[in-house]
Amino acid sequence: MSLLEVKNLYKSFGGLQAVCDVSFNVQDGMIKALIGPNGAGKTTLFNLISGVLKPDRGEIFFNGLPIHSIPQYKIASYGIARTFQHIRLFPKMTSLENIMIGRHTHTKAGFISCMLSLPFTWKEEKLVREKSMELMKFLGVSELASIDALSLSYGQQRIVELARALACEPKLLLLDEPAAGLNMRETREMGEFISKIREMGITVLLVEHDMSLVMKISDEVLVLSYGQKIAEDNPLSIQKNKEVIRVYLGE
Amino acid sequence: MNTQLFFQYFVAGVTYGAIYAIVAIGFNIIYNTTGIINFAQGEFVMLGAMTAVTLNNFIPLPVAIILAVIITIIIGALIEILFIRWLVSPSVLRMIIITIGLSIVIREVALHIWGDGIYALPYFTGTALKTLSVGGVFISPQILWVLGICSITVIILNLYFKYTLMGRKMRACASNRSAARLCGINAKNMVTLSFMLSAGIGAIAGCIVSPITYVQYDSGTPLAIKGFTVAIFGGLGNSMAAVVAGLILGILESFSIWLMPTAFKDVISISILLFILFVKPSGIFGNKEALNLKEF
Amino acid sequence: MNTKKKYIQLSLFLSIIIFIQLLTYFTGCEYHLTQLTMSAYYCLLIIGLCLLMGYAGQISIGHAGFFAIGGYISAFLTTYDLSQYKDKTILILFSKIGAALFRQDLYGGKVLNFHPWAAALIAIILTIIIAILIGSPVLKLKGHYLAMATLGFGIIVYRIVLGTEKFGAADGISDIPPFPLLFGIEVNGKPVMRVWNYYISWSIVFITMTFLINLINSRVGRALYAIHGAEDASRAMGVDTREYKLKTFVLSAVLASVGGIFLTHYNGGIGPSEASVIKSVKYVAIVAIGGMANLWGSLVMGLILNFLSLRGYFGTYDDAVFGAILIIIMLFAPEGLLKVKLFDFIKYVSFRSKKSV
Repeated sequence: MSLLEVKNLYKSFGGLQAVCDVSFNVQDGMIKALIGPNGAGKTTLFNLISGVLKPDRGEIFFNGLPIHSIPQYKIASYGIARTFQHIRLFPKMTSLENIMIGRHTHTKAGFISCMLSLPFTWKEEKLVREKSMELMKFLGVSELASIDALSLSYGQQRIVELARALACEPKLLLLDEPAAGLNMRETREMGEFISKIREMGITVLLVEHDMSLVMKISDEVLVLSYGQKIAEDNPLSIQKNKEVIRVYLGE
Repeated sequence: MNTQLFFQYFVAGVTYGAIYAIVAIGFNIIYNTTGIINFAQGEFVMLGAMTAVTLNNFIPLPVAIILAVIITIIIGALIEILFIRWLVSPSVLRMIIITIGLSIVIREVALHIWGDGIYALPYFTGTALKTLSVGGVFISPQILWVLGICSITVIILNLYFKYTLMGRKMRACASNRSAARLCGINAKNMVTLSFMLSAGIGAIAGCIVSPITYVQYDSGTPLAIKGFTVAIFGGLGNSMAAVVAGLILGILESFSIWLMPTAFKDVISISILLFILFVKPSGIFGNKEALNLKEF
Repeated sequence: MNTKKKYIQLSLFLSIIIFIQLLTYFTGCEYHLTQLTMSAYYCLLIIGLCLLMGYAGQISIGHAGFFAIGGYISAFLTTYDLSQYKDKTILILFSKIGAALFRQDLYGGKVLNFHPWAAALIAIILTIIIAILIGSPVLKLKGHYLAMATLGFGIIVYRIVLGTEKFGAADGISDIPPFPLLFGIEVNGKPVMRVWNYYISWSIVFITMTFLINLINSRVGRALYAIHGAEDASRAMGVDTREYKLKTFVLSAVLASVGGIFLTHYNGGIGPSEASVIKSVKYVAIVAIGGMANLWGSLVMGLILNFLSLRGYFGTYDDAVFGAILIIIMLFAPEGLLKVKLFDFIKYVSFRSKKSV
């Protein structure tokens, strides 16, 4: 069954057609990679799926439900979490607090109950803390819990951001260039994490420039060029696809 | 209502509108080079007028005005050098609060120098009683002075930004500060210059309008609010649009006296400000995409 | 923050409140309690503003407007004579439930007014409505636009109270009846009630403070902080940023309004200066000195600066002092008094002088 269905999506900025008639599916439980040269519209597509932008035309379905016209903040409660190309951690908060924000959609204490500090909020808070620590342990960064998130190294920040997205317990995880700025060892680790995340039953859609990483971990690859889909296949066939080679290397 | 009265209100509206436009241009000049709104802009207007009034006791009016403008320019430069120049990438919130603080301090200093009395410069030509009658509409000669000097200021500024090297450098800083710096432009000096320019323009506005509206230590803030309304109305940073917007606001305000007591005159213009901010914060001539590019 | 630290802070606060009262008792300057009580009501506004500015990251230069709305509405309703309408069904209903009552005015005449509790309730409800109407469009704005819009709101309130005859125009409203609490204790400015009122006012602040401390250490506080840090990322995490900002705005407006209501009853009057822009700026200044995202800092600064200002220590330089404080704090210590950034300035100056040599 397809978890995510994108149908005839269009988006333009002024005169620039950033995404043009793109359709694809993401099957439940797979890792799908989105590649293409710079300016191909990958990040725009990501922003459309995660609700930051609204499409001009076309539809997006998640688990059979339309998500192209709902407010951005509701996307997370549907079960879609994302990371950002330029890391967007919350400043002046520790790594643990950053990850705890990820549990937002799974908790429900409101203004009044928080002000009165009702007992159920304590329980909720304790669970949030435990769950977040668990995730840090899973990603091997539990010693960073009480450190200010923005003072971490770049690689560590990427992992904390990943943990924050995982804390949402998403069905679909959108990773925007998860290996950007990482060294070779960190990139390899990131690849292992992504595979582990899939084993947890989370479907992953990622944008990535590191081809060796993409070819190693993904089940399917979608290639975009100038806003249009030019190929969609398994990694091996993609590597042999003439059109893709032409786009990347020129004729 | 008869046509005569209509034109009377119309002329009054245009006069105030011209002043609002000048204040708005002062906002725009600083906003363009620094990306900040100088909440003390209205105080430049007040300082210019107050200084001119004091100087006029000793020296003839034209000299007093020129000297007052120069003094205000110096104050503008000092403010930039002392309070803005050395800050390392300050946040917008910080800049807002600093300029608000400055406006209060300037106002309080003015209160201690000049007291809370109401001052005015004499009419540049003629007196308050002497009016020109144009087709049955009475126009004070000072109104002609206001309109004339405002138009000249706008034209000179436009020429300055278009055709002089300094003006071009300032525009370069406005569109991309780091790129301008790479081209060898001293961006910091351009910011100082923009403060001087906008202080000078504010002072001119204060001098020409004070015979009609009078000036008091706290008359800066209402002018600043209206100037800001006009700047937003025309699209922040767009000086020519500010002129049109200024005239529209001036006329609207002038005619609003029919509907409401004079005490609520400010309420009208601020309601317009809020309305524009809520509906189209990019202004009537601005477009939304350009707004998103500006850093906040 | 752990709960233990919270209780220590709160009990410390409580002991300071008691200590100050005892101090004034033993040093024989109990008349200081009057200004301390007034400071408490201003502090109510300030900690609300601190939540809005420091935690949710939304500046408001119009909070004196909400203070004035609370004060003026309750003042108007408790003093405006309704006798001419006394046969209207709604008023009969109000009298029946005790929301409107007859009382003696200064000249011995009989006047029909709203009961202070009913007036306060109406004032708070109106504040909520106004805050929602203003807040929902205003909070979409950022930076300068937000600052100017809230400033504009403040000026509109000021102009309206100044220009409306029913609100006493420039004179304001006076002869406001006391606000009755339990057992004959009431909020008023009579010297016999001074100690009582001191404790009433600071109890209100204490309770509010407890609520706010709870709030910022909860899921909601975390979400607010996230909105402050990176609004887009917090939306991606499922935080309804619009709703959170609006609720915080309304909460801070209600706190300002409550402060206004009680101070008005305490003083027995209110004037248009409570709505002036300079007041709003002062509140922003106090929050800034307190360290923005620092409830305790704002509270302490609110107490000290309001007290000094009300006692007239700044003389005719009162406004100038607050303006200067704003500039100095923002130049050298944008993180509040505790985190001074003189370093930037020294670096700049020394760099300059080296270059010129």
